[in-house]
Amino acid sequence: MSAAWRELFGAAEREARSLGVRDLEVQFGENREALTRFANNAIHQNVAETMTMISVRPHEDQRTARAETNRLNADSVRRCVPEAVALMRAQEPDDRLLPLCEPSAIAPVAGRWAEQTAECSPADRAAQVAEAIAVAESEGQTPAGIYSTASAREAVFNTRGVTAVHDQTLAVFSITVMEETSSGWAKASAVDRAALSPAALARRASEKAKRSRNPRELVPGHYTMILEPAAVLDLVGQMFGDFGSTAIEDQRSFLTGRVGEKLFGGNITITDDCRHLLQAGAPFDGEGMARRALTLVERGVVKELAHSRGAAQRAGVEPTGHGLALPNEVGEFPVNIVLAGGGISREEMIRSTGRGILVTRLWYIREVDPFERMMTGMTRDGTFLIERGEVAGGVRNFRFNQGLIVMLNRVESLVPAVRATGERHSTWWRRP
Amino acid sequence: MIDLARYALDAAARRPGVTYADVRLEESRSRSLGTKTGQLAGASSTESRGIGIRVLAGGAWRFAATDDLSRGGLDAAAALAAGIAAASATTSKRAVHLAPEPPARVVWVSECRIDPFAMPVERQVAHLLAADAEMRKEAGVTMTETSLVFDRTRQIFLSTEGSEIDQTRTVTGAGMAAHSFRENEIQKRSYPKSFGGQYQLRGWELVEELDLLRHAPRVASQCVALHAADQCPETTANLMLDSSQLALQIHESIGHPMEIDRVMGSEANYAGMSFLTLDKLNTLQYGSEIVNAVCDATVAHGPGLGTFIYDDEGVAAQCVDIIRNGVFRGYMSSRESAGAIGQTRSNGTMRAVGWNRLPLIRMTNVSHEPGPHSLDEVFAEDGIYMETNRSWSIDDKRFNFQFGCEIGWESRTASACVC
Repeated sequence: MSAAWRELFGAAEREARSLGVRDLEVQFGENREALTRFANNAIHQNVAETMTMISVRPHEDQRTARAETNRLNADSVRRCVPEAVALMRAQEPDDRLLPLCEPSAIAPVAGRWAEQTAECSPADRAAQVAEAIAVAESEGQTPAGIYSTASAREAVFNTRGVTAVHDQTLAVFSITVMEETSSGWAKASAVDRAALSPAALARRASEKAKRSRNPRELVPGHYTMILEPAAVLDLVGQMFGDFGSTAIEDQRSFLTGRVGEKLFGGNITITDDCRHLLQAGAPFDGEGMARRALTLVERGVVKELAHSRGAAQRAGVEPTGHGLALPNEVGEFPVNIVLAGGGISREEMIRSTGRGILVTRLWYIREVDPFERMMTGMTRDGTFLIERGEVAGGVRNFRFNQGLIVMLNRVESLVPAVRATGERHSTWWRRP
Repeated sequence: MIDLARYALDAAARRPGVTYADVRLEESRSRSLGTKTGQLAGASSTESRGIGIRVLAGGAWRFAATDDLSRGGLDAAAALAAGIAAASATTSKRAVHLAPEPPARVVWVSECRIDPFAMPVERQVAHLLAADAEMRKEAGVTMTETSLVFDRTRQIFLSTEGSEIDQTRTVTGAGMAAHSFRENEIQKRSYPKSFGGQYQLRGWELVEELDLLRHAPRVASQCVALHAADQCPETTANLMLDSSQLALQIHESIGHPMEIDRVMGSEANYAGMSFLTLDKLNTLQYGSEIVNAVCDATVAHGPGLGTFIYDDEGVAAQCVDIIRNGVFRGYMSSRESAGAIGQTRSNGTMRAVGWNRLPLIRMTNVSHEPGPHSLDEVFAEDGIYMETNRSWSIDDKRFNFQFGCEIGWESRTASACVC
C-alpha cells in the first residue's frame, strides 16, 4: 500500500470511529489510460486520463452502505464516511449480512505488469498506428481502430486486517480494414505492449477484407460454423453470469435445477482461474478475499459455482473469492474464464469442413430466452463461406439465433487455448 | 470552480501551436438505492470532480483529463494534451475546421421541484421496500427488484473563443421488475421500462408520478400469468407498440444512424457505421408520410436526458428536423463535421459521458411527433400489441434489427401471449 493510501485509510478509520463505527472497508483505485483512435487513414483522437477513487463501506449491526469519491484527500474522506454511515443507518438490519472479511493469504499474481506499457508515450502509439495504417493504405483500403495502453492499481483494506493490492498493465490494439464491399477485423491485448504487433494485426484484417470482397447472400438455415476466438469469447462469455450461487438462489440462472447435470458436450471443460498465464485481473474479490480456481464445467457436467462469502454461508459451503463489492444485488460470478482447448489447428478445421461458415467477429449479442440461453446477434467484419475444405469467399453478414446449451452440445473440435480479445474475454472451435 | 477552469484553459491555450482549446470542469454527486426480494440490495453514494482539456493543434484534436485539480495537476494535464499534438499530427490527412459559433455566457439549472438529495434516505428506502413487498404478494413471483438513482452534475465549459457556460442538471430514475421461474421458463415484467426504469431531467416528483406502488400488483400478476399465455402467433399482422418499446426503436434505428461521425467512419472499429450514406439526405423515404421525427435538445421539448442549454462544445441547444413527411432530412453534427455535410453551423449534438471523456456526436432527444390518429383508431383493427422491451440487437450499419418484448396481446381478444 502506498503511504498516501495508508494515510487515507487511517483518516477514514478515525472518522468512522468518531461516528461510533468500528468496522470499515476501504477500496482504492488508480487508473492511467491513454488511447489513440484512428479512422480514414489518420489519427483523429489522442486522449489520456488519470483517475483515482476511494470507496468506503462501514458495517454496523448487520447493515452496510457505500460512498465513493475521486478526491483523495482528508477532507473528502471526512465527507465520504459520514455519507456512507448515514445511508447505512437509514436501513433495517439484514440478518443475512456477514461481518467484514477476515484476512486470507493472497499470493501476488506474477506477470501482470510491464513497465513499457505503463510508460508508453503518444509518440510510441502513433508510430505503431502509422505502420498499421500504411499496411492498409498499401492495399488501397481504409482502416479504423484504437491503440490503448493502461496501468491500474487497486486495493481493498478493512479494519479486520485485510490488505489486498493488485497492479496491472494492459495494451489493446484493434483494427477494422474496409473496402467498398467488405471489411476485416483483428484485435489483441497483452500485459506487455511488446507482445502486440499492430502491423501484423493490420495485415490479418487487410487479408480478411480482401478475401471477403463482393460477398454472396446465404439463404437462412442451419450451417456448420467455425468461430474464431473473439467470437467464441463474446458468445459463450454471455453465460457465466449464471454460474454464481446467488443467481441460482434467485432462480434467474439457466442452471437452476441443473447443477451436477451433463448439460454440454463431453469435450467441453471450462475453468475459472485468475492465475492462468493467459488471464488478467486481481487475485482477490470485492471484499478482499483470495480467489480460488473453479472447475465450472468438466467434460460437459456443470460442477462448481462461484460463491461470495454471503452466498457460501447460505449454501453451507466455502466461499470461492468471487464476490462483488458490497452492497450489490448480483452476488458473484466467475471472471477469469478458461475454455480448455483441443489439438486441432484452424487450418485443419477448415480443411475438414465440407460446407460451413467461418466467423471472425460477432456483434450486439443479446439474450432471447434466459433459460435455454438462446442468444441473437450479428456477424461482422470477415464472414466467409467454406466449401470443400477451402475458404470460398465472403458472405453477407447475417443474424443468428442460437441456444448456447444446444451449441455446446455440438462442438466437434477445438484449437489449443489462446488469449482471446473480443468485446468481452480462449479458443477456436467448430460446431454443426 | 470557475477559477480552476480558467486556469486550466489558460494553461492549455498558451502551449505552442494550440489554435483552439476548451475545458469542461465537472462536479457530480449521485445516490443509488436498490432492493431485491424484500431486502435493501444496494445503497451507495458517489461524488466525482475532474476536468477534461481539449485542444486543437497542428490541425488535430487531443484531449487530456485529470481529477487532480491542483495547479500542478492542471498544468500537467494541459501539457499532456498539448504534448500529444505531435503524435496526432504524424498521420494527419486534413486539418480540422470548426463551424463558427457565437460565444455564450450563461448559467442554467434544470428544473427540479423536489430535491432528491434533500430528502431523508429512509423515505426513499421505504418507498422501494413498499413496492417490492407489493409485488411479492403475488404467488409465483420468485424475485423482485426495485431501484432509485439520482444524479446531479454541474458543468463549467470555457473556450478560447470566450464562452463561459455553467449548467447544472439533475437526473432521477426509478423502476421495478418482477421475475418468475417455473419449470423451464423465466418470465419478467418491468415498470415503467425494463433495464433500470425511467430516467428524466427532474427530481423526486418523477418518482411520485411513476407511482411504483400502484403498478406493483399489475406487474407481478402479469409476470406470473405469462407462464400460461399462448405463444405469440407467427403471422403478418398489424403491430402496435407501447411508448417505451417505440422509443427504443426510434433511438436505435433513427437516432444512431443519423450521427454523422458514424456515417463518416470514425466509429467504424467499434460502434459501427450507418446505412445513411450522404447520398440519402433529402432523398431516402424513411417511412410513411405520417412519420415525422426531430432531434430536439431544447428545454421546450421536455425533461429528457438529451435536454440542455449548450452541448459539450458550447453550441446552443436546437430542434432539428430529421424526418419530415417520411423523408430523411438531417444528420446530427458537430462543429467539425457540419461543413462536411454542407451545414454552416453545428446542430449541437456533441456530448461526453463525463469529464474524462472526449465529446462525440450523440443523439439528444430523438422523438417521433404525434400523428393524426387517436388511440382508439390505432387499435381499431386486429393486430398484436406489445409492451416493454426484453431484448434488442442491431447490426453495425443499422440495417437489421431484432427486438423482443416482455408481453403482448392480440388486440382482438385481449388475451396475453408470450412474445
